[in-house]
Amino acid sequence: MTAVGVVLNRTVTAAITLFGVAAVVFFLLRIVPGDPIAMMIGPAASPSDIAALRVHYGLDGPLSLQFLIWLKSALVGDFGISITRHQSVLSILGDHLPATIELAFCALALAILLGGAVAVLGTLAGRRHGSVVIDAVNGVFLALPDFIWALIFVLAFGVAIPLFPLTGRIDPSLDIPFRTNFLLIESLVTGRFTVAGNVLAHMVMPTVALALPLAAVIGRVLRQALNEAMVQDYILLARIKGMSEPRLILSEALRNAIGPTLALTGVQATFLIGGTVVVERIFAYPGIGNLAIEAVINRDFPLIQGLVLMFGLIFILINIGVDLAVVAVNPKLRHG
Amino acid sequence: MAEAALVKPLDDPRGERVPVIRRLLRDRKVVVAGGFILFLAILAIFAPLIVPIDPLAQDLSNAEAPPYGFTGAVPDFLLGTDDLGRDVLSRVIFGARIALTVAFVAATLAAALGTTLGLAAGWYGRWIDTIISRLVDIWMAFPAVLLSILLVAILGSGLHSVIAAIVVIDWTRFCRVVRAETMAQARMDYVTAARAIGFRRGAILLKEILPNIVPVLIALLTLEMGIAVIVEAILSFVGLSVSSDTPTWGGMIAQGRQIVHESWWVMSVPLLMLCATVIAFNQLGDGLNRALDPMLRR
Amino acid sequence: MTESLLSVRDLGVSANGRPVLRDVSFELAPGEVHGIVGESGAGKSTIVKLMLGILPRTMEMTRGRVEYRGRDLFALAPAAFRALLGAEIALIPQDPLTALNPGRRIDAQLTDGFRLKRKLPRREADARAIALLEEVHIREPHRVMRAYPHELSGGMRQRVLIAAAFALDPKLVIADEPTTALDVTVQKQILRLIRGMQERHGTAIVFVTHDLGVVAQICDTTSVMYMGKVVEQGPTDRLLTAPAHPYTAALIAANPRYDRPEVGLTPIPARVIERMRAEIAADDSHG
Repeated sequence: MTAVGVVLNRTVTAAITLFGVAAVVFFLLRIVPGDPIAMMIGPAASPSDIAALRVHYGLDGPLSLQFLIWLKSALVGDFGISITRHQSVLSILGDHLPATIELAFCALALAILLGGAVAVLGTLAGRRHGSVVIDAVNGVFLALPDFIWALIFVLAFGVAIPLFPLTGRIDPSLDIPFRTNFLLIESLVTGRFTVAGNVLAHMVMPTVALALPLAAVIGRVLRQALNEAMVQDYILLARIKGMSEPRLILSEALRNAIGPTLALTGVQATFLIGGTVVVERIFAYPGIGNLAIEAVINRDFPLIQGLVLMFGLIFILINIGVDLAVVAVNPKLRHG
Repeated sequence: MAEAALVKPLDDPRGERVPVIRRLLRDRKVVVAGGFILFLAILAIFAPLIVPIDPLAQDLSNAEAPPYGFTGAVPDFLLGTDDLGRDVLSRVIFGARIALTVAFVAATLAAALGTTLGLAAGWYGRWIDTIISRLVDIWMAFPAVLLSILLVAILGSGLHSVIAAIVVIDWTRFCRVVRAETMAQARMDYVTAARAIGFRRGAILLKEILPNIVPVLIALLTLEMGIAVIVEAILSFVGLSVSSDTPTWGGMIAQGRQIVHESWWVMSVPLLMLCATVIAFNQLGDGLNRALDPMLRR
Repeated sequence: MTESLLSVRDLGVSANGRPVLRDVSFELAPGEVHGIVGESGAGKSTIVKLMLGILPRTMEMTRGRVEYRGRDLFALAPAAFRALLGAEIALIPQDPLTALNPGRRIDAQLTDGFRLKRKLPRREADARAIALLEEVHIREPHRVMRAYPHELSGGMRQRVLIAAAFALDPKLVIADEPTTALDVTVQKQILRLIRGMQERHGTAIVFVTHDLGVVAQICDTTSVMYMGKVVEQGPTDRLLTAPAHPYTAALIAANPRYDRPEVGLTPIPARVIERMRAEIAADDSHG
């Protein structure tokens, strides 16, 4: 299947999936005991006030009608008004998304670097002692999820050896105007390196916590793929041509190991996004993950729906990206 | 169904079950991990009898006392107290009850649901497979954590909603694996032989294929228990699990997080227990996978 | 007498205590093509692996000496050995399907030697590679350069591998059954190609094969092997027309005569095998 074919196929599936996701959440929420409107107002409100608010937030009328109305607006990007924040859901999402995007990208990059290094070093160590140790350590890292790493970091670097700030995204004392919400990128691009450093310092712990589990998976899977590649005949021939061991691994074996690794670990990248929900909470990092928990606790329906759709969309995009990458990396697939 | 016994397939690994158990017991990591979980289970079952102090009893005069060995420690409270003077050790032991209950029940139910659907999808194929696979795809488009939080928020707090949330998120894991295994088994000669003799499809599924999938299932179940413990901890951390009086590891961690600079032990002890339990389940599952691997001529 | 390019003396190799090569000796002069022929398991590929330094971990060299241009090959430091490989000693492998990296284009794999060993810039390396492809009679060298291995036929892949082997003008090429994996129709072309390249570059070749017909076509001298032992050795035409050892004679007789179908197939007589087994057992208990 060509690249275009993959994208088309996936887009159709994506649309169906998103629709399913939206519908499920929409109807699930309406079953919730606990009326958000009543929670919002005080007991002194009159029934007409409550009714008016219901209309304002689109919570009146039969369920299926509500869904259709919501769907219609959603298609043009209007996700309604947040019940708790009184802003348009879209703008709230827009405010908080950049923080999570920066976090996720850094975590992904770190995971690939770490996992790749572990796999390559382990392969270089071959059958020697070091290889067994690396594998064992990798095993421990495989077991613990990002949530636990985040907590360990809080203890280790927040309390025991205070190295990094524990909460937030940037020092509140640094009252510097930003034009976008991409604090890291913007400060780097505009040359404000001390500010960038401050933002980075706040990002270190959540990034590492998110990256470690994915790195462990990449390390394990890539290692196995490399092992399989290294026993192939063409490696033998390259060795006979006089190639050094590191060059063999990096230049010959690695390119054939990446494909299968991507196929198996691509899914894991979505877990990284899911992990932001709790990790951001632990570090009070103002991204969409933290937002999500707040929204659920406060029963903010419009915000929850917008968030679920956003997460769903991100997941689907990641899946498409991985599929495309798998095709791109394997020359046999490219020619169909 | 005496004929079923006659149709013993050539590549039936069932005959090799005994050496597997022996192989497991020889694996040090498995023994340690299994032993720890057993120990934890005993603690959990006999908690009300073992526990030194009532986990809910508050003793404000002794609040935030450090564990034994540190200055300011109070001898009755071996692992210190939290900000309301409650004994950390007792609460941690009671937390194990919730953790293990959720682990066993949720994992088993998730396995049951996932396996049933996976068997159906893998064996009957065609439109059943399409529907179930499509369902799994949509399901996996949700971030698991968000979905579980959402569900618990909907169903209200309590053990039943936590278990339901875990089952609802993770049944897909079992479904996928069981579906793949079923399809692989279905291609094997002993199934063709059974069909040729005239067994009904349902009978073949239950009597021939399912027993061969059990080993993989057990390994996956163990891993799933580790995941269930984590999800429960996350939910109680966020405050969406059982009622806030009942001690849970996640809840203790959340409370401890607030006072982590002054009283680090309140968060560290349950965190340590959590790590140990998760690693133990993982090692057990890994060991099971290793022991079963040669049996499944991969 | 011209100095031998390659001198193998009393080579012994064991796997887990069991002998795999027994006192193998042969000499190779510069530019000479020496065939090593024998059935499967005779030890032919073990010799190849040993000389290229890729002997499996389960095997070890128990005795003997391999000298290349007068220097003990195994006394060399790993770096020196690696420098030798590829530059002066090259390999034409058996299976063209697996010997090429499926993830790299042909141009990258062909120019490896030029860029690694001769430190040539990309453009010049590419030009040399194209010249090589023309030398091995590949008709659209530019297209082949940009292609991936899976886009080429088996015969073309083997030509590429031959080109790669002769790329740096090696003094010694080891051909490990290079025609075994090819169609019969292609085999003859490839053999002629190898012979042509060898004559043009003046390279010595150690040609490992199980096919006497191949040996007849291309080898100046031959060693016949059985169970790790060199049974007979000498100039090829003498060996084939007047074999001294009964095994060689039986081997020749066992070759199917497509021109004389009424002759049928003659397997190696059991007494010949028994006699050789007894000889080998006697040698083993002495040595």
